[in-house]
Amino acid sequence: MKRLALLATLALFGGTVLSSQVQAGATFDAVKARGSLNCGVHTGLAGFGAPDDKGNWAGLDVDVCRAVAAALFGDAKKVKYVPLTTQQRFTALQSGEIDMLSRNTTLTSQRDTELGLNFGPPNFYDGQGFLVPKKLNVKSAKELNGATICVLPGTTTELNLTDYFRANKMDFKPVVIEKQDELAAAFFAGRCDAITSDSSQLASIRSAQASNPDDYVILPELISKEPFATGVRHGDDQWFDLVKWVIYATFEAEEKGITSANIDSFKGKTDPVVKRLLGETPGLGKALGVGEDWAYQAIKQVGNYGESFERNVGSGSKLKLPRGLNAQWNKGGLIYALPIR
Amino acid sequence: MSQDAPKTPWWNDQGNRAILYQVLVVGAVVLVGWYLISNTLANLAARNIATGFGFLGREAGFAIGESPIAFDPADSYAKAILVGLLNTLIVAVLGVALSTVIGTIVGIARLSGNWLVARLATLYVETLRNIPVLLQLLFWYALITEGLPAARQAFNPLPGVFLSNRGLKLPTPDWGGTEWAVLAALLLSVLGAMLLARWARRRQAETGQSFPSGWAGLGLILSLPLLVWLLGGAPVAMQVPELKGFNFEGGTTVSPEFAALLTGLTLYTASFIAEIVRSGILAVSPGQTEAALALGLRRGQVLRLVVLPQALRVIIPPLTSQYLNLTKNSSLAVAIGYPDLVSVSNTTINQTGQAIEGVALLMAVYLAVSLGISVFMNWYDKKTALVGR
Repeated sequence: MKRLALLATLALFGGTVLSSQVQAGATFDAVKARGSLNCGVHTGLAGFGAPDDKGNWAGLDVDVCRAVAAALFGDAKKVKYVPLTTQQRFTALQSGEIDMLSRNTTLTSQRDTELGLNFGPPNFYDGQGFLVPKKLNVKSAKELNGATICVLPGTTTELNLTDYFRANKMDFKPVVIEKQDELAAAFFAGRCDAITSDSSQLASIRSAQASNPDDYVILPELISKEPFATGVRHGDDQWFDLVKWVIYATFEAEEKGITSANIDSFKGKTDPVVKRLLGETPGLGKALGVGEDWAYQAIKQVGNYGESFERNVGSGSKLKLPRGLNAQWNKGGLIYALPIR
Repeated sequence: MSQDAPKTPWWNDQGNRAILYQVLVVGAVVLVGWYLISNTLANLAARNIATGFGFLGREAGFAIGESPIAFDPADSYAKAILVGLLNTLIVAVLGVALSTVIGTIVGIARLSGNWLVARLATLYVETLRNIPVLLQLLFWYALITEGLPAARQAFNPLPGVFLSNRGLKLPTPDWGGTEWAVLAALLLSVLGAMLLARWARRRQAETGQSFPSGWAGLGLILSLPLLVWLLGGAPVAMQVPELKGFNFEGGTTVSPEFAALLTGLTLYTASFIAEIVRSGILAVSPGQTEAALALGLRRGQVLRLVVLPQALRVIIPPLTSQYLNLTKNSSLAVAIGYPDLVSVSNTTINQTGQAIEGVALLMAVYLAVSLGISVFMNWYDKKTALVGR
């Protein structure tokens, strides 16, 4: 009977995780019928996904959710935000608890295949770095041999860190704490010599939690490529297409200089690309299964990619991250909208 | 009755009905289980999610902060999970032992005639058992990491001993193998002392003559390892921790994470055990104590020979629950960074993406550990049960 009970418990667990029966192709219809988008976001990472002082979610990743809702419903507010930890995020997406995952998630081959996910275009190119106190006088990650390093569990971070130290024949001691706030507190208390994470996250931690942000420096080495992308689960290509092209539309709008403020002045212009983007040349909306003003609504209500970047993580924010790799392709970056036609 | 009783149909027979109901219940459970499992597998297959335990043999690729056995990132996931299990067991075993000792002392202190002692014990119990254990763990961890100085300004209370927010660094004997012989001698002498105590008890029961087995045992435990140490040439070399680069090297470390987890779990569980001990003692009729005193036993003897053996029968079942709680609460280690079973499994689940297998493994291991504790405690409970004569 004990074995039976165990089996039943296991089965029950498995069933709970994957209980909602999602049929292939049903996500799009389910979201539409529900009238709101369930979007998985960070539990609280300034600049990417965090509630502001009025309790409204804001951030670069949150803007992707809003843009998709605007394109689908014509209203960027029709989003239910589901804050997720690194451990919960994939299970939540696989099980159908959320419709899309926009939570600084690195696109990797393993996640694309084994986890049964599809990823839209990366909306932020990051890399894993190290944050150290200036008083340690460390100038390079290569000088960290023997250091104690604070690390968030269960991300590619742990693996990258170990790979880097193994490749350079150095030793380290990890301190792995589940909650980012507790981890950062341990680091600032001096439990670790360095804290490692994606460099955007380090900037966020430094600005939010250090008593004096100037006492800490991000080392120049980036030890990994971390392209953050929006994930959807396998099985609904129509839904995947919509998410993908909404993101490209915000890229394209920046390239064309279309912002939330000036978009109405572009109406009636002759540029065929702008006409397609604004839905004045119909067809694309129908193909995606949404209204022809899908891109117009997304840009009007949320803004183009550049606006979102500056507002959340760039010069208009506390993080003050440079555009770097996240500039448009014609300005030396990697943000490149595929042709919308 | 002279005639045959009218034949009852088999479904009206009580025994048959009982069997029928049991078959139906088991059948329903199996059916539901089968449905859920096949549904899960079908869903996983439909979404191209990898299944199976094949990942256990693959290279883990991550490092673990502390480990009783040598662990390298090139080792397999299975070994990483084993390290996590060992870390959990270390905390559980030490926590159970320490919380029993502290709990017993506090429980007896609550019944003390001394006003101050009794009130302090009450204060301890009521404070610690009423604060969530997770908060207590975070408190101890913050106290250690924020309250203690950095490695370069470490306290140095004794030569070779350093206390900082990197943990407690202790020197280890470096006796070229003799330390293991001394350790073996220590274990041997403890075993000898236990056998001696058993022999002395049996002799007293048979002949009435007492034997100072406590003192003799202590002498044995002290003298045998000393003798081995002297025979080994009385080595004194120590491996002393030294500040090198970022941190201390050499010696052994009690990490802040381990210290915070052990302290938090022990003090929390001890507050419950104290209440269990107190209730156990109060369950023994005061007439027993009075009778024992009337027979001329001393206070300590009354407690040890009359009250506690009877109280134990009341104490052990709830005590088992507390041991199980402590073991399971050790999974809160993820909050303060101690690499226990859950912490290592979390990393494994995230790197492999196989949450169902990972959590199933986790649950199976905790169940096995808990059942092990239960089996042992039930055996001990039977052993201490009142023997009818």
